[in-house]
Amino acid sequence: MKTKWKVSPYLYILPAFALLFAFRLIPIVMSFVISFFDWSIKGTGKFIGLMNYVNMLKDDVFWQSMGNTFWLVIIVVPASIVFSLLFAVLLNQIKAMKGLFRTVYFMPFVTSLVAVSIVWKIMFNEQTGLMNTMIGWIGIEPQKWLSEARGIFEIFFSGMGITLPKWLGGPSQALFAIIIMTVWKGLGYNTIIYLAGLQNISKVYYEAAEIDGASKMRQFWRITLPLVSPTTFYVLIMTTIVSFQAFAQIYLMTDKGGPLNTTKLIVYYIYEKGFDTLDMGYASAVALALFILILALTVFQKRLEKHVNY
Amino acid sequence: MNEKMRMSIIYTVLVVFGLMMIVPFIWMISTALMTQSEFNKHESTFIPKEQYYVWDKDNGDEQKVLLVMEKGDISIVHILDKDGKIVSEYQEAPTKQVRLVKKVPSLHWDNFVKAFKKVPFGLYFANTLYVSFLSLIGVLITSMLAAYAFARMEFRGRDFFFYLFLSMMMVPEPIYLISSYVLLDKIHWLDTYQALIIPWCVNIFTIFLFRQHFKSLPQELFDAAAIDGCSTFGMLWRIMVPLSKPIIATASIFSLIGSWNSFMWPLVMTNRPELRVLQVGLSYFNQEASTQTTLLMAASTFSIVPILILFFMAQKQIIASYAKAGLKD
Repeated sequence: MKTKWKVSPYLYILPAFALLFAFRLIPIVMSFVISFFDWSIKGTGKFIGLMNYVNMLKDDVFWQSMGNTFWLVIIVVPASIVFSLLFAVLLNQIKAMKGLFRTVYFMPFVTSLVAVSIVWKIMFNEQTGLMNTMIGWIGIEPQKWLSEARGIFEIFFSGMGITLPKWLGGPSQALFAIIIMTVWKGLGYNTIIYLAGLQNISKVYYEAAEIDGASKMRQFWRITLPLVSPTTFYVLIMTTIVSFQAFAQIYLMTDKGGPLNTTKLIVYYIYEKGFDTLDMGYASAVALALFILILALTVFQKRLEKHVNY
Repeated sequence: MNEKMRMSIIYTVLVVFGLMMIVPFIWMISTALMTQSEFNKHESTFIPKEQYYVWDKDNGDEQKVLLVMEKGDISIVHILDKDGKIVSEYQEAPTKQVRLVKKVPSLHWDNFVKAFKKVPFGLYFANTLYVSFLSLIGVLITSMLAAYAFARMEFRGRDFFFYLFLSMMMVPEPIYLISSYVLLDKIHWLDTYQALIIPWCVNIFTIFLFRQHFKSLPQELFDAAAIDGCSTFGMLWRIMVPLSKPIIATASIFSLIGSWNSFMWPLVMTNRPELRVLQVGLSYFNQEASTQTTLLMAASTFSIVPILILFFMAQKQIIASYAKAGLKD
């Protein structure tokens, strides 16, 4: 039945649309426009064409920030997927205390990034931090963590007496500390998503496998992993997007992306260029580069999903 | 491997990882309860202790002494009477005459008071609540109105607008942060409450949630209401809102947790100390009091407590909401 409308539907979407238009669409377009200007904080700026982009390609710190961000994403995403799937599979098999574990794993996700960044910064303190106390219990000597600019591979191999070339050094230990904290923060959310995904898998498959005498391990590889793959793709895409945007950790845990810019992530660099150096045109160019990168990765992952899905 | 063995391995793994998840919180709270020198000297890891000594006086009498170490290397010895009241105090412990009797846990709750007084955290709390609640109300109103139109009305360009909305959701905040700053500067909204509230009175994801729900309501409901002479808006207000309580709860949780924890936007858009929300205030405190670890931990603790209380009160609902929202995508 078609109802006659007394008030136009447009009036109903107007409040949401007006706000989105003013505070999303316009800024997104402006971001694009500003990236072609030499735009400092006040005034209107000067049109400089593609200069911001040209400068960006020549900017070592930009590339270093990109490299750092890639390290973070490349480690955080798989680590988060592996651990959250493991937790979810284990949680899915127990009955007693399930709620308690779920709550415990989810707690970091609901707490503010600012507060936990401060806590982790102090945890990684060289002299008084908990991290060094804990690794001391298992016989590892104290590490410099957030003030260590050397790469983690470099440190590992130098412990064995092998000197690695600089470019093989890997992410700095400082960035690695950020990575640990970032994985910890997001793990609970992914676990919950996986848990919901696992509960959607019909018990019939497992019963059949049980009758055929398949081991639990085999059931995991042959049933769970393939059937939970839509969830894996969701987790993959979301974690990638969120990891690219890491900012508060860097702002609070490091000294402006130091030591030696090894923890400078791309969003922090945008912030720094925009609000410390006040070079907003340049910062917008970097922001757009990041956007295109995230978009391309998302599209790529969606394609991959179509290719792989069961 | 039998079932019992398997289960005990599963529980062991879960407990070990569970501990790793909450250890930072436990350590945060226990550090918040220590004295600064106790923390600096690295005497206690998880359980804050102070040391009670017994002072052997010349005449052989024993008196209970509480040794408090404050501010670097200066030690202050409090002499207590039988009731534990401080009778007198000395600087520098006369170590030779003091014999350690036992260490007992001693919790410094006053760190919380000190941290709270050091910077106007009360104001920051009030600002955060104000901003969170106003934007929550905004989100609920704009979302329900828009979702109503998208779910139950037919109009030209409906799909276009819907996909426009969805595509805007795909753009991450850092992308438009700089240009939003420029925009808010042009309309003189920098350093105002509306800069923190108005742009966040809309949430595309919430529109999406409500739309899904409104679509699932049976048409008969609306037909019956129309026969009874209910207006279009009346249907939203009298039928759909009362039937949407779970979605309203879910949307409120997302919105409240989101605005309570939001940091980058208020950090950039406000500068005046009076406008600081909790997260921004905390980050300034982090810079100002970087050596006062125990106070920092105390401030971190009370800044997450409200969200944790909300979380513990409704944890089933919250976790289910996040799980459901994730699956809908």
